[in-house]
Amino acid sequence: MSAPLHMRTPTRRVRGLGAAHSGTGLFWHQRITSVAGIPLTIALVVIVVALLGRSHAAVVQILGSPLVAIVMLLFIINSAYHMWIGMQEIILDYVHDEKWKLMSLMANTFFVIVVTFASVYAILKLSFGV
Amino acid sequence: MAELDAGSAHGARPLSPHLQIYRPMLTMMMSIVHRVTGAALYFGTLLLAWWLIAAAAGPNAYANVEWFMGTLIGKLVLFGYTWALIHHMLGGVRHLIWDTIHGFEPAERELLTLATLVGSVALTLVIWVVGYLAMGGPR
Repeated sequence: MSAPLHMRTPTRRVRGLGAAHSGTGLFWHQRITSVAGIPLTIALVVIVVALLGRSHAAVVQILGSPLVAIVMLLFIINSAYHMWIGMQEIILDYVHDEKWKLMSLMANTFFVIVVTFASVYAILKLSFGV
Repeated sequence: MAELDAGSAHGARPLSPHLQIYRPMLTMMMSIVHRVTGAALYFGTLLLAWWLIAAAAGPNAYANVEWFMGTLIGKLVLFGYTWALIHHMLGGVRHLIWDTIHGFEPAERELLTLATLVGSVALTLVIWVVGYLAMGGPR
């Protein structure tokens, strides 16, 4: 890490990488998932309000019906990627210590995967009733 | 470390002023609120997951969720979640408009920012009134 460093300017070394060392691809993905999130959020609110006060049996039947289940799965997966990017951005803004940054980024990934898989599993179980 | 080798150049750079030097403005506050609501929704997904898992688990587990959502704390959490969701969505629309390089004039950006705040509060109330009526309304 010592000899060739002076050959490249600091700007050249960091150009196109940013705090996540991965460039600007996630910026675009955050926009795609935000656009997709608009109709999916409206759909989620409609579904939840429609299920208020219903019996467990009715809730199971409606959440497990194909159209509702597909919309719920899309909402969950789209939101998962959107919030994974968002939390990573927050971490990179505020956590500067390398060790804590690495652990926070890993915790972000673990949290999103666990919540997403648990939610997806629940919807699939409601859909297929196994 | 590479950071230390570039340290002399880095140390000489001027630092940009941070939050405390600016007068609070609506656009700034709503930018902060957008991030805060995003972070709140991140942990709010636990509620959604709990609700779905309980529905899949059976009537007893589902009754627990219904009981919690019926308590005062549950209702406050759910109301906050609703507002955060709607506010973050409308704030997102504002940012998407700004992404197209429109709405940056002083009056326009103030209007857009105010619209997300007023819109999110109004829509949240509408959703809760509809939900209240769906639950059976005043009995």
